Amino acid sequence: MLEDFEIVAGVEVHAELATKTKIFCGCTTEFGGEQNTHVCPVCLGLPGVLPVLNRQVVEYAIKTGLALNSEIAEFSKFDRKNYYYPDLPKNFQTSQYDLPICLGGHVEIEVDGVKKRIGITRVHMEEDAGKLVHSGATISTSDVSFVDYNRTGVPLLEIVSEPDLRSVDETVAYLEKLVQTLDYIEVSDCRMEQGSVRFDINVSLRPKGSDKLGIRTETKNLNSFGSVRRCMEYEIERQAEVLSEGGQVIQETRTWDEGRGITLSLRSKEEAHDYRYFPEPDLVPMVIEREWVERVRERLPELPDSRRERLLELGLSAYDAGVITSSKALAEFFDAALDKFKDPKTLANWVMGDFLGLLKAKGIPVQSSPVKPEGLAELLNLVENGTISGKIGKSVIGEMFESGKGAAEIVKEKGLVQISDTGALSGIIDKVVNSNPQSVTDFKAGKERAIGFLVGQVMKETKGQANPGLVNKLLKEKLETM
Amino acid sequence: MKISKEQVEHVAMLARLELTEEEKQTYTEQLNSILEYAAILDKLDTQDVPPTAHPLPLHNVFRDDVVKPSISQEEALTNAPDAEDGFFKVPKIV
Amino acid sequence: MDLTQLTAHELSDLLASREAGAVELVKAFFARIDQVEEDVKAFNIFTRDRALEQASKVDDKLARGEELGPLEGIPMAFKDNMCTKGVPTTCSSKILKSFVPPYSATVVEQLAQAGSIMLGKLNMDEFAMGSSTENSAFAKTCNPWDLERVPGGSSGGAVASVSADEVAFALGSDTGGSIRQPAAFCGVVGLKPTYGYVSRFGLIAFASSLDQIGPLTKDVTDCALVMNAIAGHDPKDSTSAPVDKPDFTKSLINDVKGLRIGIPREYFGAGIDPEVDKVIRQAITKLEELGAVVEECSMPHTEYAMPTYYLIAPAECSSNLARYDGVSYGYRAPESGDIVSMFKKSRAEGFGPEVKRRIMLGTYALSSGYYDAYYLKALKVRTLIKQDFDQAFEKFDILLSPTAPTPAFKFGEKSANPLAMYLSDICTVPVNLAGIPAISIPCGFAGGLPVGLHLMGKAFDEGTLLRVSYTFEQNTEFHKVKPSLGVK
Repeated sequence: MLEDFEIVAGVEVHAELATKTKIFCGCTTEFGGEQNTHVCPVCLGLPGVLPVLNRQVVEYAIKTGLALNSEIAEFSKFDRKNYYYPDLPKNFQTSQYDLPICLGGHVEIEVDGVKKRIGITRVHMEEDAGKLVHSGATISTSDVSFVDYNRTGVPLLEIVSEPDLRSVDETVAYLEKLVQTLDYIEVSDCRMEQGSVRFDINVSLRPKGSDKLGIRTETKNLNSFGSVRRCMEYEIERQAEVLSEGGQVIQETRTWDEGRGITLSLRSKEEAHDYRYFPEPDLVPMVIEREWVERVRERLPELPDSRRERLLELGLSAYDAGVITSSKALAEFFDAALDKFKDPKTLANWVMGDFLGLLKAKGIPVQSSPVKPEGLAELLNLVENGTISGKIGKSVIGEMFESGKGAAEIVKEKGLVQISDTGALSGIIDKVVNSNPQSVTDFKAGKERAIGFLVGQVMKETKGQANPGLVNKLLKEKLETM
Repeated sequence: MKISKEQVEHVAMLARLELTEEEKQTYTEQLNSILEYAAILDKLDTQDVPPTAHPLPLHNVFRDDVVKPSISQEEALTNAPDAEDGFFKVPKIV
Repeated sequence: MDLTQLTAHELSDLLASREAGAVELVKAFFARIDQVEEDVKAFNIFTRDRALEQASKVDDKLARGEELGPLEGIPMAFKDNMCTKGVPTTCSSKILKSFVPPYSATVVEQLAQAGSIMLGKLNMDEFAMGSSTENSAFAKTCNPWDLERVPGGSSGGAVASVSADEVAFALGSDTGGSIRQPAAFCGVVGLKPTYGYVSRFGLIAFASSLDQIGPLTKDVTDCALVMNAIAGHDPKDSTSAPVDKPDFTKSLINDVKGLRIGIPREYFGAGIDPEVDKVIRQAITKLEELGAVVEECSMPHTEYAMPTYYLIAPAECSSNLARYDGVSYGYRAPESGDIVSMFKKSRAEGFGPEVKRRIMLGTYALSSGYYDAYYLKALKVRTLIKQDFDQAFEKFDILLSPTAPTPAFKFGEKSANPLAMYLSDICTVPVNLAGIPAISIPCGFAGGLPVGLHLMGKAFDEGTLLRVSYTFEQNTEFHKVKPSLGVK
């Protein structure tokens, strides 16, 4: 049934900006905080208050527009979007309607090795709403709800894509790329678990070969790539079923129920939307001087694509380069370590293997890793110059995470220096060969693999400190003479 | 008639105003007489006239991104019709 | 000597010469209030204890031999749409009846800084929507000149309090004439400054692009003094003009020789009371005698100003007043079920009929399918009206008209017909659309009721308005005539 349809999707992304203060008042944007303590008359929408625009919000919007290849408007203004909801103190949201700050733009994605350009329609600035806490398990089973206005007025960018997405994979790739870009240019914390980036997904289906758009639904407020994937898969299936049975999809807003894995209609007859946009009379328009745009452009950091390109040139695989540049923090960690340890491939293996594994196990972000880039480079240099074996290295990095001590210090304290002394090793090799006659016989009979067992025994005797290459060489010499 | 009673009902819904039957009737009549009066504007050709949303031609009024003290939770809630545990309390939403 | 009849600058002189003390002034004004307030009903609330406390601090200063500022120790009051920290601010609406702001409006802070003493908050048409103060949810303020008549509106309480000598001066707000029309009806001086000259921060919004705070005073000198205290840039108001304020008292010059005054004939159209017309013509003659060059002119888009105003102001108000929903402050209807029904009931019970009418009209004008025909159209016509003024000011220094086409009307006379009521602002509304300053000064009487002379100036040229007003005042006696109120 699904194979009869083509998917057409577009996404609206809401990203909270990493400013210190709210968009129209001096209250902090810090996450958390006791309810209704990051508020003032302005963000509470008390009678008589007026908004004053935070310059940094405009600057971040320009920066984002430049990173997304948008055109930065020369003239832009704010409008009021009027609708009633208890998380919106003024019952209008100050947003942008017909003259957004950024127009057009695109993002490059790659799915299964195929590159595709996804169009950006617009980027605009607006204020976030407050938070509702419900007395029951869900909004509809609650008799009362509680309102916290701490988040009210936190600046948001709304980034609207063209309906260019044709699959779930493309949608997720687009979102990953977008979030990655916002992270790189440091306009948003991109803390998805705190809801600082949220996605509204528009999906419709049309018969394959048709160029007419089908009727779409919009599912609001998804906050992880996983939910986007599950929600879209559900919604596509649902629409396909409706259409296959000769039915019609209803154009409506839906909500994703993560627990049940389904989307639900948010439609109600009270909600015939008519936002009555009009120019915000309490704010004056913006004239964005080109010098300002150029100043922001000059300070734009290296973007994910160019960074990834650079790593490919260093000889990393596409996969490795992708993982390492997935977050700015990791990419910067890699670059800093590479400054002190010159083998990119080995470094990449360690970063993606043990380093990320340990971070993940401990649930800490790269930025707060106890092992710094210089520390990892120090460890890798010890492995490379033969002071310790790779195997010992793996236990040392674990120890570095635990104790926060440097690699050399741990190696010294625990006496982990690799045994590369032929004399010391010969005695142990003799002992191992003598106590394993069967393996010697097997080797002599042509079973090359038997030598592996013997090397293992030597390593065991030396508690892993023997230089494995040297053991191999000495063992072979010994066996040949037998 | 420029505006019907049904439109009045729709507008009242958008504006979240509960109207009595009598009010619906009165507002329909009164809005019509005001809108008829406003129809005089149709006499003017404004095709090429730019709109004036602000009387003063100001632009780019910004503030610096510097944190100012917020008010206390107690102050925030002093005028609340209903509050609990530092939250504003509202009835069933859907 | 009755202290309460004096102007602010006269009272200031008495304080400076130690002939009177600040506490004495406050007590005198409260005695006057006790005498006339029952008839006038200008106030929503009094802040007696606070006033006495502040006044005694001023007296301490006097005792220490310190000099006072020009408005220091002077009793005054605010229209009840300016937020006063810790003092109820209601907009004369049931929906804000219990609202106590946790902050003060910029003008309130400015006058506190200047040392003026607030006696209370003044009645008004609910949310400043009206021209008679009959739309107050609390009381009908009466015109001190004739208690059967309205004081005008929406700043009815503010003008009545000044006219009845309950305060030395007051601050009002003007969206379509709400300072000037009642000033004319009650025979006081009322100035609507250039849009952006006085901060709107803390003024409870009616129509953001039209609202402006201004002084209501007993003479033109006081008007200049109050402007000195409240004009100027406010970083809390994005629409505040980034201009340096002059010393407005420098414009108190008794000379209009050579000044060019335009008389737009459209302001003298049908509907003007013949006696008002006569009084205004006499005032024109007076100014000519004093050396002004007067010439009739035309402002062709004047007739479009009222419908333009009655689309723009309600549109902005429908959005500005959306916040009164019973969630975090203000009236909440009891037992109202789910949230939508709580919103609808709270607003239905909390707002009066005129406010609801304007919310309905404005919501309609902004709604899908009608925006271009009504709201956008009105914004475009606003441009044409502004251009009329720009062109007129190429030729004239100021424009002159009656403030209102009639003197104060009787209670109930116009309340049944919204359109008839709206038309009492016909001369004042174009000024708000253009954002320019205008003043109403007493210029005579029609049937025993005060008539106001309306002078309109170029943006930020309050100076010329004050100069012409001052000259007229210095050469006439109208501002000295007091209502016979309280003489029982």
